[in-house]
Amino acid sequence: MAGQADVTQPTDSSASPGAEQSLSPVRAYLLNCGSSSLADRAFSALMLVCALSIFAIVILILVELISGSKLTIQKFGMSFFFGSAWDPVNGNFGALPFIYGTVVSSILALIIAVPLAVGVAIFLTEMCPDWLRGFLAFFTELLAAIPSVVYGLWAIFVMVPLLRQFFYPYLIKSLGWTGIFGGPNYGFGMFSAGVILSIMVLPIISSLTREVMSAVPHAQREAVLALGATRWEMIRMGVLRNARIGIVGAVILGLGRALGETMAVTMVIGNRPEIVRSLLAPAYSMASVIANEFSEASDELYLSALIEIGLALFIVTIIVNALARVLVWAVTRGAPVRGT
Amino acid sequence: MASTTTAMPPPLRARASNRFLRVVVNHLATAAAVGSTILVMAPLIAIFMYLLFKGASSLNLAFFTQVPKPVGEVGGGMANSILGSGILLAIASLMGVPIGIAGGIYIAEYGRNKRLANMVRFTADVLNGVPSIVMGIAIYTLIVVPQKHFSALAGGVALGIMMIPTITRTTEEMLLMVPLNVREAALGLGVPNWRSVLSITLRTASPGVITGCMLAFARVAGETAPLLFTAFGNQFWSTSVNQPIAALPLQIFVYALSPYDEWHRLAWAGALVLIVLIVVSVALVRYVAGRGVLKGAS
Repeated sequence: MAGQADVTQPTDSSASPGAEQSLSPVRAYLLNCGSSSLADRAFSALMLVCALSIFAIVILILVELISGSKLTIQKFGMSFFFGSAWDPVNGNFGALPFIYGTVVSSILALIIAVPLAVGVAIFLTEMCPDWLRGFLAFFTELLAAIPSVVYGLWAIFVMVPLLRQFFYPYLIKSLGWTGIFGGPNYGFGMFSAGVILSIMVLPIISSLTREVMSAVPHAQREAVLALGATRWEMIRMGVLRNARIGIVGAVILGLGRALGETMAVTMVIGNRPEIVRSLLAPAYSMASVIANEFSEASDELYLSALIEIGLALFIVTIIVNALARVLVWAVTRGAPVRGT
Repeated sequence: MASTTTAMPPPLRARASNRFLRVVVNHLATAAAVGSTILVMAPLIAIFMYLLFKGASSLNLAFFTQVPKPVGEVGGGMANSILGSGILLAIASLMGVPIGIAGGIYIAEYGRNKRLANMVRFTADVLNGVPSIVMGIAIYTLIVVPQKHFSALAGGVALGIMMIPTITRTTEEMLLMVPLNVREAALGLGVPNWRSVLSITLRTASPGVITGCMLAFARVAGETAPLLFTAFGNQFWSTSVNQPIAALPLQIFVYALSPYDEWHRLAWAGALVLIVLIVVSVALVRYVAGRGVLKGAS
């Protein structure tokens, strides 16, 4: 090692104390020799500033949202989140219908998407022939990249008419007595929003689940198979049990996406700020009320109410995403990357 | 499978008695997995095909050369929206790409195993999941309110901020794949560290870094929500950074919700153009990543 260092003697030899944890003696020595110049310090400081800008963005958003929603925070306090009046004309605002719409449509989306996404992930990691896996993985990636407004466009002109014509009448006939699937069949409503959301979060959940499942070591699978388990038992005991925390993380990440999804939901949810029992009735979500009414909000209080909804959305998605990341990292950290 | 005897743990051994049931469950599970894949893939492929078909039949030359016509008149296009999207994305890239790459360089080159770097990484991931509409509100109060009008600048900044976390994370991942020997060789020749980072490490990782930038670009190219009250949209030609500007996703949104068939046609055509833009960049990304430029170096 020392010999190598001698051979690669750097020209700039003015030394400064090591600025970085060394990874090998050679590298440490060379770094000490090289990082003396002013340019180096300036460069690393510049990089640091850019990295810190990410914190700055989060703080900036938070400060802007809080200062923008000061009016309603002062006027309504916590009752803003429990009131269900939305009356811009008389200046009376409550966010409950939007919170309800966001939560219910997201949960609906997860109920539809999660079993399918896990099924797809199982198929792709454990059963799929190689030639098909590449295509399907590429395709899933592609679908995750399709803009929300395009999904919305498709939903308006294809999905909603199909659901209204073939699925909802059947649903009303068989389950109408529960009250959950009752009422007039508009097509646009909570259930349609849930379906389009589930289509949108499916690629995200399934690709993350796949990643987590791939991180489970092969030895686990082989061990379970060697005990005489069938393939399903191997998947259940060897793979799913080991990956369950990460799968929960993937689902929560999907939830985060669904909560904040704006355009597609706005286009199909029906935009009516009411809490109704029937899932087929029009509803409203937090993101869509902002999208629809923000640029029309004439007075300060109205604007402030909309910004406060944005603030709530921001805080909730930050928490949900942080939780999801921690769970996903807990599984995939340090795991060997398996080729797909 | 037949010779399952003494070495089995109790739960498995207990079940060995009803092997028939286990085999049936196994087949059912397989069928469920295959079934769900088909159930998921079929509509997704249908969406895709429908978009291609519907978009292709709506697309014509006027789409790329004309501005929107008033209601009731046939024809017109989205030329101003395409230009507007281009300007917005240029502003966004000018802002997001350098900052994002620099952040990635910090995490990978200076912050290894440091707590701060881990926090930056975590925050970037969390920021990635923040709804884009929230970004729009923040930029509205930050830029649009003081300026007192909607502007292309505000829209571009909103998109640029959304690009930063994605680019930071991919740049970091790509830089970490560059073998240490490469850095050592550069430093061994007496190259200052900053020079080594920029022209050796970053250069080696450049296909991957460009990939990351393309992904971020593709993602914000289709963003509508943050533009609703920053760029706002515009029915006419505008290249001024200080004026409201049209954007492809915004125009699709407006036209999709309109009651006119002619505008619906334009919306489908716009969707196709967006999709093609995104598919090309994702495919390019796959190609570059799959070629294993970095794998060859290690």
